[in-house]
Amino acid sequence: MSAILPPSNRIWWKHPLDKVELTWIAIAFVWSLVLFFMMPYWHVFGKQNLSNEAYRISAESYQKKTQDMVDKFTVRTETDQNIPVVHPPAGSDVYLIARLWAWWPILEFENGQSYRLHLSAMDYQHGFSLQPSNINLQVIPGYEMVITVTPNKTGTYSVVCNEYCGIGHHTMVSRLYVVDKK
Amino acid sequence: MALNALFRVDARTGLQYHRDAEWLMKANAVSGVVFLLLGGVLALLVSLTRWPAVHLLNAEWFYLVLTAHGLDMLAFWIIFFEIAVLYFCASTLLRCRLATPRMAWLGFALMLIGAVTTNVAIFQGESSVMFTSYVPMGARPPFYLGLILFAVGALIGCFVFLGTLVVARAEKTYEGSIPLVTFGALTAAIIAIFTIASGAIILIPTFLWSMGLIHYIDPLMYRTIWWAFGHSSQQINVAAHVAVWYAIAAIVFGAKPISEKVSRTAFLLYILFLQLASAHHLLSDPGLSSAWKIFNAGYFMYFAVMASMIHGLTVPGSIEVAQRGKGFTKGLYEWLRKAPWSNPVFSGMFISLIGFGFLGGISGVMMGTEQLNMIIHNTLYVPGHFHATVVIGTTLAFMSLTYFLIPSLFRREVAFPGLAKWQPYLFGLGMYAFVLVMMGAGTLGVPRRHWDIGFAGTAMPYEFPGAAYLMLGLVGISAVLAVIGGGIYIFVTVWSILLGKRVEAGGYSSARTPLQMAPVTPALEVHGGGAGAFAAPGTFTLALVFLVAFVLYYFINWKYLSQVWGLS
Repeated sequence: MSAILPPSNRIWWKHPLDKVELTWIAIAFVWSLVLFFMMPYWHVFGKQNLSNEAYRISAESYQKKTQDMVDKFTVRTETDQNIPVVHPPAGSDVYLIARLWAWWPILEFENGQSYRLHLSAMDYQHGFSLQPSNINLQVIPGYEMVITVTPNKTGTYSVVCNEYCGIGHHTMVSRLYVVDKK
Repeated sequence: MALNALFRVDARTGLQYHRDAEWLMKANAVSGVVFLLLGGVLALLVSLTRWPAVHLLNAEWFYLVLTAHGLDMLAFWIIFFEIAVLYFCASTLLRCRLATPRMAWLGFALMLIGAVTTNVAIFQGESSVMFTSYVPMGARPPFYLGLILFAVGALIGCFVFLGTLVVARAEKTYEGSIPLVTFGALTAAIIAIFTIASGAIILIPTFLWSMGLIHYIDPLMYRTIWWAFGHSSQQINVAAHVAVWYAIAAIVFGAKPISEKVSRTAFLLYILFLQLASAHHLLSDPGLSSAWKIFNAGYFMYFAVMASMIHGLTVPGSIEVAQRGKGFTKGLYEWLRKAPWSNPVFSGMFISLIGFGFLGGISGVMMGTEQLNMIIHNTLYVPGHFHATVVIGTTLAFMSLTYFLIPSLFRREVAFPGLAKWQPYLFGLGMYAFVLVMMGAGTLGVPRRHWDIGFAGTAMPYEFPGAAYLMLGLVGISAVLAVIGGGIYIFVTVWSILLGKRVEAGGYSSARTPLQMAPVTPALEVHGGGAGAFAAPGTFTLALVFLVAFVLYYFINWKYLSQVWGLS
């Protein structure tokens, strides 16, 4: 019973270390440095990084910006609720609204093109979860996140809400299309 | 001054219990187990709902029960038990009277009132806001009030612990420095004070907001401060259960830290760097810079991860040294093979340690990496990770300690020893399976806190791959196994305490033997200095296996990230 007793040596901090501990500490330290420097490394050399671009914004003005985009670039509507499908030009600002319990509108991107995707919530916090790519971002009311996305595969994607947002949370799911370049 | 304090000696272990402290430890531990029982029933309901073939509860009940499960387990069970551990580490281990027992009872009462208040608020409905209660989603005021009362009570407990250390020092109840286990408990208490202060800073305004006295709470500010409470409270657990691991190694094997300096420094690193971890929850948030995220989520150079890796070596290493000292020196692993695997105090602790490191530790670092977070944020991977740390790590360590406390503190024999022997295996290995399949489902994109991944009734449902449904089915099955294991723990514990055979106990007296320093063990002295071979070669090879798993898994996830859309 010794870890529950005072150290046997009054000046325990002068007790020399065993080789097993020294070796492991050295290994753990080097590994910790690798872990730490992977993050800045990826910012320089990796292609998947979060931007640091974000703004405070009111729900009304975000709604308006989204509406302007929808008015300009809607190509068709889908489902009984006539949700607009928006096909914005490559490189443009694209807005997606998260609200109880829907994503609006449906976005259509071209493969290999980049878009400035804006995300904000109208009411509660939501979670942008792009499936099956499994890219997940937090969407917070009052904040507008801007991130440049470059799809790398065509197909029909889904946008699932993965931040609990109340009783209808599990019905908050939408689509996102990636089509070939025209 | 200490004349009125009454002590009794536990004949088997030589521990001395102060009568007031004894009752407080019992009250806190028993309250903890009651909330574990409640949380366990809720756990079963949650997992039977997420098991697609069963889908037990309706959506409203599911979200309600999930909210209650989180709070009852993460807050109430664990913190009640932790207060008992703190009192044990201060009063019992230092053979000191507990400072201000009346204040300690006040703290206990506040915690109990708070925990009941919050539970009542949740079960009355309109407060299904989850453990995190992110604004602007609001609960009813009693939900927050209960949490605040609970936190104040726990804070009082921390100060009673600190007060007891002061009393012990003033009354010279021990020689030299406080034991390592008490040092670990001190680490937990210091982290707890920081944690509770953060909780107060955010929950008090939120409580006022829920009553309409404050009009707006910024959601990002809420998340930032709330996680300084939410994540840090898990860091209390880490410090506490590592202290419990050391305590069990000492109790079962007479193990002594290979080096006091290394183990204590590792605890100190927790105090300095573990708090930064609250940033892990904000890695995919807008409005926070990458520099901030990397500094904090990286624990500034991962010093806290390093600390855990050190404990991961030194705890089993100290056992190995103790076992080798007893003659189990054959090969690399005789010390481990000949360990008392049928003693639940040891088996539970060892299953806890391995699971915490391999499952909780590695996954935690992966998901706590700024960019990698994007591929698991808010998926089922997250609860998979923290069930490995909090359930396998903390809860199982506390369960193991309970099998020691039943005879020592409650003075009863452990009832149904056959059941108790198997309990850590059933619970621990059930949880191993549970967290693995949960993390598997998370990598397939299955969201956490989600009632129906079939999206029934929606216009544009997403069809998850069949493997995701398989994983969720396995989540349900493994959860049932773990819940049975947890049920056995509660059954054995409650039966032992209420109906178990009494252990012959000495009476109380005001006599107290001062605590002496640990005897010098020759085995360790030989190894000190680093001249000869490793003191714990078997543990070192296990640590290398851990390292290889860690490195591989970490870079596999970078590879996976590199294949998703370009993001910048």
